[in-house]
Amino acid sequence: MPATTSSSATSLSELDRRIVLATQAGLPLDPRPFHRVAHMIGASPELVGARLKAMLASGQIRRIGVVPNHYRLGYVANGMTVWDVPDRCVARYGERIGALDFVSHCYHRPRHRPVWPYNLFAMVHGENRTVVREKAAVIANMLGNDCTDHDVLFSKRILKKTGLRLGQPQTSSSRY
Amino acid sequence: MAIRPPSGESKPMLDELDKRIINELQGGFPICDDPFALVARRFDIDEQMLISNIRRLLDLGILSRFGPMYHAERMGGGLTLCAMAVPDDRFEEVAQAVNQHAAVAHNYEREHELNMWFVLATEDASEIASVIAAIEAQTGCKIYNMPKIEEFYVGLHLAV
Repeated sequence: MPATTSSSATSLSELDRRIVLATQAGLPLDPRPFHRVAHMIGASPELVGARLKAMLASGQIRRIGVVPNHYRLGYVANGMTVWDVPDRCVARYGERIGALDFVSHCYHRPRHRPVWPYNLFAMVHGENRTVVREKAAVIANMLGNDCTDHDVLFSKRILKKTGLRLGQPQTSSSRY
Repeated sequence: MAIRPPSGESKPMLDELDKRIINELQGGFPICDDPFALVARRFDIDEQMLISNIRRLLDLGILSRFGPMYHAERMGGGLTLCAMAVPDDRFEEVAQAVNQHAAVAHNYEREHELNMWFVLATEDASEIASVIAAIEAQTGCKIYNMPKIEEFYVGLHLAV
């Protein structure tokens, strides 16, 4: 099933907002983490559990678990592979490319011709650039003649990485 | 300033429990009174051992996070990918100006004419346009805005 962008985003209730603020940096490493969260925000553990389950069911929470760090696991090369495919078949290919085990993100995005002709993005991770290029070749093979142009944009430097955070002013000075 | 990814030679040694935590706990953490105890039973270890191993993997940076992964757009937030072609001699200055915005969640230098790629994340979707306008005015560089049209499902990856 493709996870398409939801058009029915609702603004958060005050309770949900407090739950997000208390958990977006991580769950407490406590035997009863949801009780701890409930205590932090002054709600009952039952209510916190019920809201988290509801947010999981609605897709507001994608999943609950660990997020491995690619770099620390030795996947030091990352290439944003970008492809120009006809719009009519981008969804079909997107689903197949997203299913490849070396692709961590896969999106249909707008072109900006003539500077940017690409509409399908797949993030590919590997131990080095050669491996990433080999994996990009697998995608090129899948697309065949339906792909008129493609590129692999390797990352040179991480300039900033803070993740998504609610509850911050939008133009504060930052550590970077 | 810039954070460089650590080089490959610092690749950590992982034992079987580390691998199970990384491979089997990327989703599905139970919402109940004693979730660690429940998962620990499945792993055939005790609760404290699971908790201390997750803590260790977080401290080592092998895990970058443990908890709920929120879906920004479904929470009403704005999220988009932006690209700019920044002249080489202004790159550091522009990077600093861009990074100063709290809405910039990640920023990468990439090898292309469009050499700066950043993700904007705002609590309210309507804020994206004003952040883009502010960065363009501040840097004099055109932003190519590439919000996702469709997201394709990707499984849980990075088996170790």
